[in-house]
Amino acid sequence: MTTAPDAVHTAIEYTLRQDRGRLISALTAVIGDFEMAEGCLQDATIAALKDWPKNGIPKSRRGWLLQVARRRALDRFRRAKDFSEKSTQIMVLEQAEIDAPADNHDIPDHRLRLIFTCCHPALDTKTHVALTLRTLGGLTTDEIARAFLDKPATMGQRLARARAKISKSRIGFEIPDGAELQDRMGSVLAVIYLIFNEGYATTKGVRPIRVDLCDEAIFLARLMCDLSPETPEIEGLLALILLTHSRRAARYHEGVYTPLDQQDRSLWDQRRISEGQTVLERALKRGQIGPYQLQASIAALHCEAKSSQVTDWAQVAALYRLLAQIEPSAIVTLNLAVAVSYGEGVQQALDLLDPLADRLTDYQPYHAARADMLRRMGRGPEAIAAYGRALAITQTQGEVAFLQNRIAEISNQPKKRPSA
Amino acid sequence: MKYLALIYAAAEEEPQPNTPEFNEMMAGYQTASETYVNDDVFVAGQALQPVETATSIRIRDGKAILTDGPFAETKEQLGGFYVFECDTLDDAIKYAKMIPTAKYGTVEVRPIMTFD
Repeated sequence: MTTAPDAVHTAIEYTLRQDRGRLISALTAVIGDFEMAEGCLQDATIAALKDWPKNGIPKSRRGWLLQVARRRALDRFRRAKDFSEKSTQIMVLEQAEIDAPADNHDIPDHRLRLIFTCCHPALDTKTHVALTLRTLGGLTTDEIARAFLDKPATMGQRLARARAKISKSRIGFEIPDGAELQDRMGSVLAVIYLIFNEGYATTKGVRPIRVDLCDEAIFLARLMCDLSPETPEIEGLLALILLTHSRRAARYHEGVYTPLDQQDRSLWDQRRISEGQTVLERALKRGQIGPYQLQASIAALHCEAKSSQVTDWAQVAALYRLLAQIEPSAIVTLNLAVAVSYGEGVQQALDLLDPLADRLTDYQPYHAARADMLRRMGRGPEAIAAYGRALAITQTQGEVAFLQNRIAEISNQPKKRPSA
Repeated sequence: MKYLALIYAAAEEEPQPNTPEFNEMMAGYQTASETYVNDDVFVAGQALQPVETATSIRIRDGKAILTDGPFAETKEQLGGFYVFECDTLDDAIKYAKMIPTAKYGTVEVRPIMTFD
């Protein structure tokens, strides 16, 4: 039986995208070395490219890849100079060979250990993101490089260096215990949220929203919910991402950025909203509030409102105040100020913004929010100046167009006319 | 696997002898060293004389050039080291965190290469 090379390519690509994390984690668990696990899976992929066109695509593709990768590992261990030190791994692999026929579906799932390794604090944040997308998300190196506007070779080097460091310095392949777990879980969730934000509010380039990165983040957040069930902050993160992502289609109109208060809410994805609400309710019932659950609750209030005018701004502001207590930051205060500008008054909001001027001087949303408040107060020239500052540090075309439109609108107004 | 923990600090940030801070630091080193021995991870550990005592050597064209001073004139200087025997970097980091100098200086952890 022969199979067309194209069909084989598609089958391998699909299998690796679906099961790469599971395969790497299962291999790392027996081999004890992440870099070698990557190498053995690579070998197995090459073997599949030769074997499958001749002998047909196997019933369990991931089972086949796992078995061949294990055999490669066994070969490598038997050839190694420190043969005797590897006797444990050799024994485990030999046993696996006896136990596991090639069509075995039941691959042990060690992906939670793997994601903690990929997001280990001894690696830097950009590496966390790249390694997590490559290893658990199943994106190719080229795709990750494209997403971050890096050269594929540079991204390849980053990944290779990270794998070498994990292997050579023996970064643990384990779920952290005790007091460390919360911290480490925090960095895993931060990586997933970073991937989402890079997709949703990409900082550079022409494409306003990178759906591929958003989808990866949703996949990873769902995965974390499965791997570590009943953890309210993971559920909070998944809810936050789903609820934010539901507004995606309304966020740009003909390529121009559209702020929340002007979005066509009929374009919001009701399926994602209701899933986000369900996940959030489940999290909140566990009675351990945290930053992601608070942010998801705020997103839910927006999603539930028919318009910006009928949004429960007092509740939004209250939630931001709570968030500021748990995780104080200039960005949280900025968001609080926006809620205050609708719920309590624009002047009160500006009073909140003023002390942030130094810290957020390079942060585009600060200038855009301030400009909008000044515009609503009818302070045209000041608003134009603030829009200009936002424009100077905006790198996406859709936001440039929005800010230019706003400046033109104010400039064309015959006289000051306070609104909102 | 063996890990080297290199201990760096800026001289002006180190506690001065005969101060409560200094005594606390020394007690901290004692506690740390005892833990390393009790947990069976201690391989070696020494403090170094101040950086003013350093001599750097380079051989160029067969000729030894000696420099009075450290390899790099940086604010933070090497002041001591430990060698730990640990299974993973995570364990080595756990023990390195106990080094009192980490509170104001920097501890760099590196796996020691084995040649087989």
